[in-house]
Amino acid sequence: MMLLRMVPADTNIQFVNKRFIALALSAFLVLSSLGLYLSMGLNLGIDFLGGIMLEIKTKGPADIADLRSRVSGLNLGEVSLQEFGQPDVVLIRLQRQEGGDNAQQEAVTKVKQVLGDAVVEYRRTELVGPTVGAELQEAAFLAIVAAIGAILLYIWFRFEWQFGVGAVVALAHDVITTIGLFSLFSLEFNLSTVAAVLTIAGYSINDTVVVFDRVRENMRKFKKMSLPDLFNRSINETLSRTVNTSLTTLLALIALFAFGGEVIRGFTVAMMWGICIGTYSSIALAVPLLLYLNVHRGGEDVEPEAQKAAS
Amino acid sequence: MLDFPLWKRILILVVCGFGVLYAAPNFMPSGWMQGLAEWAPGKRMSLGLDLQGGAHLLMQVDTEGYIKEILEGSYKTSVRTAASGAGTFAAVDVVGHALVIQVRDADKLDDFRSRLRREAPELTIETLDGGKLRAELSEQGLRDRVSTLVQQSISVIRRRVDEMGTTEPLIQRQGDDRILVQVPGLRDTERLKVIIGKTAKMTFHMVDMECNPSGRPPATSQIIPSDEAGRDGKPIPYCIEKRVRLTGQNLVDAQPTFQDGRPVVSFRFDSRGARTFGQVTTTNVGKLFAIVLDGKVITAPRIEEPILGGSGIIRGSFTAQSARDLSILLRAGALPASMSYLEERSVGPGLGQDSVDAGKTASLIGMAFVLIFMVLAYGLFGVLADIALLFNVALILGLMSVLQATLTLPGIAGIALTIGMAVDANVLIFERMREEVRNGRTPLSAVDAGYRRALTTIIDSNLTTLIAATLLFVFGSGPVKGFGVTLTIGIVTSMFTAIMVTRLLVVIWLRRRRPQALPV
Repeated sequence: MMLLRMVPADTNIQFVNKRFIALALSAFLVLSSLGLYLSMGLNLGIDFLGGIMLEIKTKGPADIADLRSRVSGLNLGEVSLQEFGQPDVVLIRLQRQEGGDNAQQEAVTKVKQVLGDAVVEYRRTELVGPTVGAELQEAAFLAIVAAIGAILLYIWFRFEWQFGVGAVVALAHDVITTIGLFSLFSLEFNLSTVAAVLTIAGYSINDTVVVFDRVRENMRKFKKMSLPDLFNRSINETLSRTVNTSLTTLLALIALFAFGGEVIRGFTVAMMWGICIGTYSSIALAVPLLLYLNVHRGGEDVEPEAQKAAS
Repeated sequence: MLDFPLWKRILILVVCGFGVLYAAPNFMPSGWMQGLAEWAPGKRMSLGLDLQGGAHLLMQVDTEGYIKEILEGSYKTSVRTAASGAGTFAAVDVVGHALVIQVRDADKLDDFRSRLRREAPELTIETLDGGKLRAELSEQGLRDRVSTLVQQSISVIRRRVDEMGTTEPLIQRQGDDRILVQVPGLRDTERLKVIIGKTAKMTFHMVDMECNPSGRPPATSQIIPSDEAGRDGKPIPYCIEKRVRLTGQNLVDAQPTFQDGRPVVSFRFDSRGARTFGQVTTTNVGKLFAIVLDGKVITAPRIEEPILGGSGIIRGSFTAQSARDLSILLRAGALPASMSYLEERSVGPGLGQDSVDAGKTASLIGMAFVLIFMVLAYGLFGVLADIALLFNVALILGLMSVLQATLTLPGIAGIALTIGMAVDANVLIFERMREEVRNGRTPLSAVDAGYRRALTTIIDSNLTTLIAATLLFVFGSGPVKGFGVTLTIGIVTSMFTAIMVTRLLVVIWLRRRRPQALPV
């Protein structure tokens, strides 16, 4: 029976030899992401900045220019309107109002008044006061730091420290480039995005660990093999699994992207990018870095039984 | 390796069976399994607000205002009681969070002190220069008062929300001084805010006859506008004593009724309130008694005679509807403090339904993609993995129904994601088997080696994603928390199904066929 093989059985792609290209590419991605972030900043959602968001449905296709002029006329500060998935659904965002939490309430009332019966349905209303906005920012930051910390601890516990460094570099690379992506396309960075970033972190490490596991196993098995060859072999051996798993996850995400609706679209995009970049970083970044970090072969507790079974 | 102990098999069967059973109510029309015990299947998953539609309000209690109020009110009364008990007089001022007290007779100071301590044990009293005393609420005392305040507010809000007739609202305390209210299915969020937000603080004061409402009031009184407008269109001001005689908390009942053809609200005090009311009306016959609601004087009738029975009538510019609304507010009790809104989110039913539909469609299609892919890539074993995957989804849904975990739109995304990632464990095992076969192992030992070698990798990799998911659950709020929940549950169940269920199926197949080669 003919089975679908995404990756042929005995690949021997010289990943490690091509590492300079990969490292150069990664460096470019990270630097440009940082540059984008510093120059263009992030499109922070109201979850973090505080502010008002209204998702409205209009009679027939929305006349955004008209709606915009109406809302701007209220002089409530920065106003953003955009079509949201369908021509008759508009997302209106207002910046945080001065005067604390109660001022936000008044602003919403004014906006609703001025929009009048141009609006058929208020699908969603969100007001986030400055207090909560600041708190959510802090929580998001803590979550990311805690995740990276916990993961680091775990890797350090399970593997040698050099692996830990490789894993964290790959992880940081993935997180930074994801943020760069959001900066580049001015995608809204809100709580869901943070969820995506954390999940990407988990997935990226997941991927890296699988390759590391194989590297460690091969280091025990092939004491005589040169490190570059050993790394290469490890990557090639796990390639089939890596590709297949990324593929299944991507398939699920593509379904979400196409059919999941506009609300989680940003999240889905982040995840899809994250899967791709996570796979890439495990292969092209984490393992080659081990070369530069002088990983010891016998540094691990080698169980005599494993040695016997392996030979 | 081929031996799969019976207890393991039964365990797997039982778990999978439960999974399907507990997941089932989500697909059946409601009411299907009513009347079963609490733990039995029959509960559907609880849907988050972004899927049900509804309103979400996060409020903060105005503790500063409350502290000021109790200092001005009940604690000042305690000072006076202690002073008169000691046979002296005390002048008291509110300064910040403390009362500064000047006792007239220095020789009565100690007596006064011990009395005050008895009256209000939660105050810490220190002596200042010049024979003054400073009484402050201790840290613990403050926390306790705030805590009680929040508790009272919660029960008031609960009663008000219940009176609106909504289904299963969620009202809970968050942190020290915040309250979260979630009301699913509510379309009219404006009315909710009005009913909750309205402080309906009713206080009863004596009108200060000596001061001129258009001039400056003495220190013991304040000017408060009334509901009625004067000839110039502006509300008529009243000069009333700051001292609060009675509050809405002494109120037992309030009913809308009619008097002289006009809507009024009749009220009744509890026994303590009736006593105080009796005292006040007895000593102040002929004077005006002001009823203040939310900072406005509603009415200031003259006390004709002592009212010892504890009931009265509020007359004001009421309509039948506003008299009814006011009665609701008064009956449910006065909110002991005012609130500010920190966060408000509301999702209309249209978007809610759209989200559910989108989530369902995306998940089903995603699952179909993955199922097909596994068969294409791994053939028969792919089918076995697919069966395990279906049980996996059933387990996730079942667990969520039992735990009544909240399903949100990101949560549905989490399930879809888990579907994609769940097969990873199987992929690891199958790839391993392929390798072992290539290395020359027999089918049986290849399967065995596949499972053994892959196990540590599976645990390692799933554990890291589990860390991320748990952190999301801990730090997240609302829909994001829902994502953390489904992801965590999903990882646990997929580890179980991949390792146990697929293995069982593979072993069964191996035993039956005893093949020469593995179709992987």
